[in-house]
Amino acid sequence: MSSAESRADLVATPEVALTGQGAGDVELGPRGKRFEALHFALRNTKLVIGASVVLAFLALALVGPLLTDATPFEFGYPLGQPPSSEYWLGTTAPGQDVFAQFVYGLRSSFVVGALAAAIASVIGMAVGFVGGYRGGVIDDVLSMLTNIVLVIPTLAVLIIVSAYLSVGSLRSEAILIGLTSWPWAARAIRAQTFSLASRDFVSLARLSGQGTARVILREIAPNMSSYLFLTFILLFGGAVLTAATLDFLGLGPSQVMSLGLMMNTAVSNAALQLGMWWWFVPPGVGITAIVGGLYVMNVGLDEVFNPRLRRT
Amino acid sequence: MTRYLARKILLYLLTFWFAVTIDWMIPRLMPGDPIDGLIGRIQADSTASQNLHGYFTESFELDQPLWQQYLNFWQGLIRGDLGPSITYVGSTVGELMWAAIPYTLALLVPAIVLSYVAGNRVGAMAARRKVLDNTALPVAYVLTAMPYMWLAIMLVYVVSFRWELFPVSGAYDFSLQPAWTWEFARSFLSHWFLPFLTLFLVAFGGWAIGMRNLIIYELEADYANYLQSLGAPNKLVRKYAYGNAVLPQMSGLALALGAVVGGALVTEIVFGYPGIGTLILAALQNRDYFLLQGLFLLIITGVLIANFIVDILYVIVDPRTRTGIQGT
Repeated sequence: MSSAESRADLVATPEVALTGQGAGDVELGPRGKRFEALHFALRNTKLVIGASVVLAFLALALVGPLLTDATPFEFGYPLGQPPSSEYWLGTTAPGQDVFAQFVYGLRSSFVVGALAAAIASVIGMAVGFVGGYRGGVIDDVLSMLTNIVLVIPTLAVLIIVSAYLSVGSLRSEAILIGLTSWPWAARAIRAQTFSLASRDFVSLARLSGQGTARVILREIAPNMSSYLFLTFILLFGGAVLTAATLDFLGLGPSQVMSLGLMMNTAVSNAALQLGMWWWFVPPGVGITAIVGGLYVMNVGLDEVFNPRLRRT
Repeated sequence: MTRYLARKILLYLLTFWFAVTIDWMIPRLMPGDPIDGLIGRIQADSTASQNLHGYFTESFELDQPLWQQYLNFWQGLIRGDLGPSITYVGSTVGELMWAAIPYTLALLVPAIVLSYVAGNRVGAMAARRKVLDNTALPVAYVLTAMPYMWLAIMLVYVVSFRWELFPVSGAYDFSLQPAWTWEFARSFLSHWFLPFLTLFLVAFGGWAIGMRNLIIYELEADYANYLQSLGAPNKLVRKYAYGNAVLPQMSGLALALGAVVGGALVTEIVFGYPGIGTLILAALQNRDYFLLQGLFLLIITGVLIANFIVDILYVIVDPRTRTGIQGT
């Protein structure tokens, strides 16, 4: 598993990201800035390619199940057929439709990825904002907690928890992944908040008597919204990979088809020995494309938000 | 420096305590009677299950008060007694783990070190060099987005089954016994290469991308512009940029350890490599909870030790941690 934490270094370093935003504010109003961002977004090859790949697979996940009558666990199809006009991605050794498994699996990946990333973002923001803004003992305690959870290898915890809990639904899988993948996001957001908290406009808001929650939500969060979005994308990609790993180990929901489960059954049914490549190639291509698309999109967005990075 | 390392050690001790407590708590926190769950899975008949219930209650020491259970757990841990294995009858969890550790380390250590070194080099070269950037970067992105087990599956399928270049599974030929002979060494290396390559490639992609981005940031920094305007040769500017970019990469190394270890687990499973990952799969399939809990602590301990090694390296690389100015 390569989970999101290893990708923490792909997020822009705090100082650069903030200067980029500030510069935009001075030159143009909020409206102009939005058009400026759109202007650069459509001309950024990385963003366009990454987003197209992700959207294409999202479309396949949404539309795919409508194109086939087969359901992922249904038996009774010819055994181990290569792709044909009738079975677009062939059939598995025990006679299931690979295309149906693939498109339903894609759905699972998107659902788990989005939900887990949302949960991790919320926890990461809560811990990062409060720690970075309040400082002092609260920050010390939160940082300690973050660092502890950060050092513990996520997969080890997930393996032992899901072994006892036997995960039954995509939702509980996503919750487990979300609960373990927030620390690097919290650390990054804390660093950002920390440098924003000493800015004049934040001090002004504080002096005018606004409470912590209000300052964070009204002053700090909007000023790092692009950064938060980038964090969400990386968490999304990491969650898709982690979910695939859990499913591959047979620790995901067994009643829901997923790309990891496809690889699990392919390996345990000797698809490699039998040369049934159509069974194990699609799930890996799907995961790699979604995660790779998200990462490339992330770099593209970074360049759009960050004028200094554009001159590459 | 001592303060920096002392703080790190404190963090790791706390983390270890936290991990042990989780390890102890999870079976006790789970909904329902864990023992009924266990026996239900074994599907024994009723008298047998009653005996089993008594056996497990005693083994888990569930008939004692909670604080006593917790103390006993620690005592067992300190004695190195992690309980018997259910999967491999007659072996203790400790023995099984000791047998598996060398194989996992043989994959992990070279893969981590070499991918870090090579990834940093290639990433630094790619930064601000259009041609290399446009060719190497897409490859790096595909590599880092690949699930470890899928790359492993593809390598087994293409290289082992189609091209028949490397053996398919295991750590050495079944006809051999581990020994210090050339024949064994050759067999070991040929079995080792593909799982190693899997770990190396995925991790390599991540390092290359990280280094490339960091170098670009550094080359935009004031000191780099200043050096350049003084007429310093490009090579010198890049050298300074590299020196600064290595630091975040190194803290990234500590963060990435957990991910690579996870990758090693699933890679071993695909290759049937007899390390920790294969042991975990066996433990999962047989609901061998003692073994699973032991392996959990083993992985945590390993990652903590590796983190500490990275910290020491960091002190060597970053002078700020030595002079008392806090680094990261």
